[in-house]
Amino acid sequence: MSLLEIKSLTQQFGGLTAVSEFSTRFEGRELMGLIGPNGAGKTTVFNIVSGFYKPTKGKILFKGKQIDGLKPHRVTAMGIARTFQNIRLWHDMTLLDNILISQHYNLGYNLFDLFTRNRRYMENEKRMTSIAMELLEQLNLVQFKDEKPRNLPYGIQRKIEIARALSVKPDLLLLDEPAAGLNSSDVQDLIQLIRWIHNEFDIAIWMIEHQMAVVMSLCSWIQVIDFGKTIAEGTPDEIQNNPDVIKAYLGDDNI
Amino acid sequence: MINTKKMSVPSLLFLLAAGTIIAAHFQLIDLYVQTVIMFIGVNIILSSSFNIINGYMGEFACGHAGFMAVGAYVTSVLNIMFFTNSKTFGQAIFAPELALYFFPVTMFIGGVAAAITGLLVAVPSFKTRDDYLAIITLAANFIIVSLFINMDVIGGARGFMGMKQIVFAMEDVAYIPWMLIWVFTFTYFTVFVIRRFVTSTYGKGIIAIHQDEIAAEIMSVNTNKMKLVAFMLSSGLAGLAGGLFAHILGYINPNSFGILKSTECLVMVYLGGMGSLSGSIIAAVIFTLLIEGLRFIIPAADTLLHLMPIIPDTFHLSQVLKWVIIPLILVILMQFRPEGLMGNRELSDFFPKLKKYYEFK
Repeated sequence: MSLLEIKSLTQQFGGLTAVSEFSTRFEGRELMGLIGPNGAGKTTVFNIVSGFYKPTKGKILFKGKQIDGLKPHRVTAMGIARTFQNIRLWHDMTLLDNILISQHYNLGYNLFDLFTRNRRYMENEKRMTSIAMELLEQLNLVQFKDEKPRNLPYGIQRKIEIARALSVKPDLLLLDEPAAGLNSSDVQDLIQLIRWIHNEFDIAIWMIEHQMAVVMSLCSWIQVIDFGKTIAEGTPDEIQNNPDVIKAYLGDDNI
Repeated sequence: MINTKKMSVPSLLFLLAAGTIIAAHFQLIDLYVQTVIMFIGVNIILSSSFNIINGYMGEFACGHAGFMAVGAYVTSVLNIMFFTNSKTFGQAIFAPELALYFFPVTMFIGGVAAAITGLLVAVPSFKTRDDYLAIITLAANFIIVSLFINMDVIGGARGFMGMKQIVFAMEDVAYIPWMLIWVFTFTYFTVFVIRRFVTSTYGKGIIAIHQDEIAAEIMSVNTNKMKLVAFMLSSGLAGLAGGLFAHILGYINPNSFGILKSTECLVMVYLGGMGSLSGSIIAAVIFTLLIEGLRFIIPAADTLLHLMPIIPDTFHLSQVLKWVIIPLILVILMQFRPEGLMGNRELSDFFPKLKKYYEFK
């Protein structure tokens, strides 16, 4: 059974076909890339997988279960976490709270326990705090735990968003342009971080990225889409030399 | 060992409540002052429960008084039906003395009824937000008020009365200021419940919705369920405030739960600061004292200005000016301190030394 299987996914908004007949498959713990020019429909694919849109056509199977049409929080609880192109942290909460709230899928207590603050509540709050602290320690973010994300540098915010996604213990991590807005030294750190996460947490990673240096050095398999259609897929070397991809990015010479 | 830090605030509040009740019992403070104290309690419940929606969850609801009306009517009707002989509902079903023991029960039922009415706003909030949700809450307020105006069984527009008999029935059991005790109990209960809710990981989900709803949904917060819980908790607690309000006055009228009352709730929340529980409490105290204070200040200013003579004899400053002064305060507040007195911080954030003396569990 493959981890994720997307079969001929199509998404139409009115008359516009944002994604058409998109298919992919994660066998195990791969690190795959999804690239394409601006407006190609890459983020739409992520939005469908994470549950924000219900696809017009097609099927998404995650660990053998159909997930298209599920609400985003249900999809996340099943093990697909994601980050956003523009950082979406809860900026007025401490970093620790940011990680804690992501434990909502596994609170372990109900409202009655909350109001009476019984043992179940106390134990579960303690468990969640220790999960969050452990994660922060692994990612060297402990010193910021009481800081609000808005007061931290952009590079750290990116890292925090990835940390927050990891806190739901996902099997598949979707990264939407993780390198957007980072300078070249931050990008190097990010590449190392993603590689380290891939090995350390043993998860599959699927990333959208515009910076070719990131995609080419990390991904083992790359898919290219343009105007919603898959125009190429293959290893980084194959993609780099594919004439269709070059045409999509740089245009045709006979215009 | 008794944890003194944990007990400091409850025992301080207990002393305050006991002091007031004893003073009221021996008539050291008159009925008017007692009523003002009780209204402070009711307003604390209203503003802190409203803060769940407008502060912590960041929605702009403006129909809080509607839920208060539901609580007021349900509690009053049940009490009158069960414990008094009335024209509308006939003979009392239970002995009047039982009113004392069943008062928390009927209050609770009133709260639950208000919470269920909260669905009227909670369900649309799944798909709607901001201005559109504000209009829905406003509409809900009007629906509830017109519903009560058109229910002739419970007085319609003339209002519903007889709740004083319930208070007298309680006093027949033991002659102490029962309403004061109930107000203290329910105010403490409300603040306690909200405090526990918003400091838990579960409750912080609504703060996450405020700051970024999409991020909340993607990070496994069930936003619809959180909205449902928040709206029902908020309106249920408002129902408690309504039940108390009805029994303090002994008379309720649908029109007293209109848009003006909702505006009062809004003013209190924004005065105190959105997302600050201590701010809500402070604002409720200030606001109630201000409203009651103006009752004396306006006639005094009137006399003074006539003595000086600044204004003509034919013109008089009336109590209506209250509704000029209070909105004006809101305008000034929004101009110079839009985050309210406390912002989204608590008292202990302003005075870190306080943390040494108390701790909440």
